Amino acid sequence: MTLSVGDNAPDFKLPDTEGGEWSLSDGDGSPATVVVFTCNHCPYALAWHDRITDAARDYAHRGVRFLAINPNDADRYPRDSFAAMKQRVASEDWPMPYLRDESQEVARAYGARTTPDLFVVDSDGRLRYRGAPDGDYDDPSRRAEWLRAALEAVLAGDEPAEPETRPVGCSIKWKR
Amino acid sequence: MRTPDVELLWWEGCPSTERALADVREALDDSGLRDVEVRIREVTTDEEAAEAGFAGSPTILIDGVDLVPAADDARVGLSCRVYRRRDGRISPVPDPDDLREALTRAAGRTEVTR
Repeated sequence: MTLSVGDNAPDFKLPDTEGGEWSLSDGDGSPATVVVFTCNHCPYALAWHDRITDAARDYAHRGVRFLAINPNDADRYPRDSFAAMKQRVASEDWPMPYLRDESQEVARAYGARTTPDLFVVDSDGRLRYRGAPDGDYDDPSRRAEWLRAALEAVLAGDEPAEPETRPVGCSIKWKR
Repeated sequence: MRTPDVELLWWEGCPSTERALADVREALDDSGLRDVEVRIREVTTDEEAAEAGFAGSPTILIDGVDLVPAADDARVGLSCRVYRRRDGRISPVPDPDDLREALTRAAGRTEVTR
């Protein structure tokens, strides 16, 4: 399944590493929610991680929620296990919850392809941006500029100028 | 100067192969080894990965030795490999300076050590 910009984003309810549960609809009232498919083992996800968390911190005061979701098959990729996710959050400073998509149903519902793969959902639950944080995993000065531009547009009530970019990263590790 | 054997192992689940190959060719050029042919091998199954000691894509072997030897607890298998640049940044490809250094060293080796 492929989710298109303008579609209603599928709701979900997933556990986080702290014992809580999060759903997309919990964010009713937030001007935007950023759903970030990511993981522990992928160099692209790791290279972009600080830029995404910086954006999460920068937009928190404007009410934007970030939800990170790890959908990878942990049997074949133990570094993406729920236990490994908990260890990582415990040892790092995360400004967003890290959710486990054990069944991979949420990743499939969103049509997520890679880690990272970002989806910006507006206050009406519509998908407004999908793709990469910015154009170069290797250049921290890009500061997740595509994501930030999409958020600025959504917060201003406008359509993002570039609503879709090609996600770049490791393929999602689907269960066999 | 001897001619090192250079092999790049890759897996289709990672988009880093093209960049890695370009970096290897540039490093060969910089090291005065422009004529060295890079052998390219796709790894497609967990079994092949285990047999090759494939610690992720891309893996670059110079004279059969991993450019960046994987840690003892590194998992062999079909995944994208995490490298560290010399400035500490995480990257899906090796630091070009590591490549140049390894190729230069390999080109200076004698053939009689094994």
